Amino acid sequence: MSEQNLQSQTVQTTGHAWDGDLEEFNNPLPTWWVYTFYVTIVFAIVYWFIYPSWPFGKGFLTGFSNITYVNKAGETVSSHWNTRALLMEDLNKADEMQKPYFSKVAASDFNQIAKDPELSGFVLSAGKALFTDNCAPCHQQGGQGKLGFFPNLTDDDWLYGGTFDKIHQTITGGRRGYMPAFGEVLNADQIDALANYVASLSGIAHDANKAVTGKALFTSETAACYYCHTESAKGRQDIGAPNLTDKIWLWANVPGADKAEDKVAAIRNTIATGVNKGVMPAWGERLSSDQIKVLTVYVHQLGGGK
Amino acid sequence: MRINFKHEWIETNIGLMLVLTMLAISVGGLVEIAPLFFINKTIEKTEGVDVRPYSPLEMRGRDIYIREGCYVCHSQMIRPFRDEKMRYGHYSLAAESQYDHPFQWGSKRTGPDLARVGGKYSNEWHVQHLLAPRSMVPESVMPNYPWLMTLLDQSDVADRMKALRTVGVPYSLTEAEREANVKKFGEQVAEQLHIPDANKNLVEQANLGNYDGKPGVSEMDALVAYLQVLGTMVDFTKVNEDELVHSR
Repeated sequence: MSEQNLQSQTVQTTGHAWDGDLEEFNNPLPTWWVYTFYVTIVFAIVYWFIYPSWPFGKGFLTGFSNITYVNKAGETVSSHWNTRALLMEDLNKADEMQKPYFSKVAASDFNQIAKDPELSGFVLSAGKALFTDNCAPCHQQGGQGKLGFFPNLTDDDWLYGGTFDKIHQTITGGRRGYMPAFGEVLNADQIDALANYVASLSGIAHDANKAVTGKALFTSETAACYYCHTESAKGRQDIGAPNLTDKIWLWANVPGADKAEDKVAAIRNTIATGVNKGVMPAWGERLSSDQIKVLTVYVHQLGGGK
Repeated sequence: MRINFKHEWIETNIGLMLVLTMLAISVGGLVEIAPLFFINKTIEKTEGVDVRPYSPLEMRGRDIYIREGCYVCHSQMIRPFRDEKMRYGHYSLAAESQYDHPFQWGSKRTGPDLARVGGKYSNEWHVQHLLAPRSMVPESVMPNYPWLMTLLDQSDVADRMKALRTVGVPYSLTEAEREANVKKFGEQVAEQLHIPDANKNLVEQANLGNYDGKPGVSEMDALVAYLQVLGTMVDFTKVNEDELVHSR
């Protein structure tokens, strides 16, 4: 009771008493709180003047803060503060940092890049980042590809050629795999014969008699396989027709089959249904020419570059 | 200096309290509502920005994108930061989502941003990746969507377009509206936006693209058609970057 009396002497109350003695304190806000509040108001007003803030007339108050950057044409552009201008400034800084490397990349040919230890070190790390972002979803992280979908980039077998120029061409323009479906053109026996012949080319257990028939068909006008795969069945890289004489497979799931007859069946299936996939997008518009150059050297050194 | 302010003044004067409450609320309302009247000004109208509404097939793909909740894990908004530009491409423009109702900006990335996924991968990759993501990206946590290979429900394509038309997407119902679209988007696009031809256009595009490699129009066809068009409508080789900067 005595404590209450003490307080009522020093602290203001609202002046109204309920039920005789029930009063309400009327404490002022803490001083630190009030001044912090005033400071935030001042901060906001200063902020309005530095950064873009209020709508004004047909535009808005752009603020006194400015950003200058160098655009693609090499002109210095000045803009009011905004995140897009900030990005341009940021890109300028990054370009400046990478310039010593990228200007060398631009000035050197592929062989020079691969031989220069400093430059190839840069290409390996920059190329890995680019490869992971753009190529790995299909060709996988290490470039090992995916059977039935996307070719292995680490072996020395190339559908479209493994020289620097060919790899560069593939990345820039993209590719599209195509083999007609022979299921309706040839009968089952003919397809079986061809499959046995193709199996024989890569040392898979096969029916020798069928393979002889298959070989004749392969180079005949009926099946005309040789148009694209050539008479020696080594393929044509200019049109992406694969070499059938090696043990590397992309479309027919031969490595996945345990028994020889299943391997032949897988080849039969590919001959019958054809290939209308194997699309690689063109990267010429998505990546810069320097980036494509870096990627070319990176893919080339994955193992199979010619 | 100390202002001898008493909140009692307001609390005991209901008229004053009413006026001040309305004042406080209208400031909040103004800040929220007023910018909506200027939303058209945010759409970039520079050269190279030729954004069109989705074709019927792409529109159905968008519906499936929403139905499956893709937006929960994937954003469609590349912010103007260097790391985002390096990974996803040019930052998103307001113009690019002007026909999206609702917009698919998203707010969380468990998976990557999809604003410019169009053309980045082949149809084949998309199909396989949607059916079994881990067969393409071993570390992925994305669920499998095997049911996308079922046939697409085409019974209400026109109704869906009509609904979007109501909220401002320029799909055309009448000949006059079609003419206006021809002027704005060109003959080829205007045809795709004509509601009476919606079903015919949908089937044609699905057969021509054959996104899933199988006969018939599946939900997969629609979804992949949608994914393949994302972020491809602006030709950034023609866009003046400085204009984009100054328009903000």
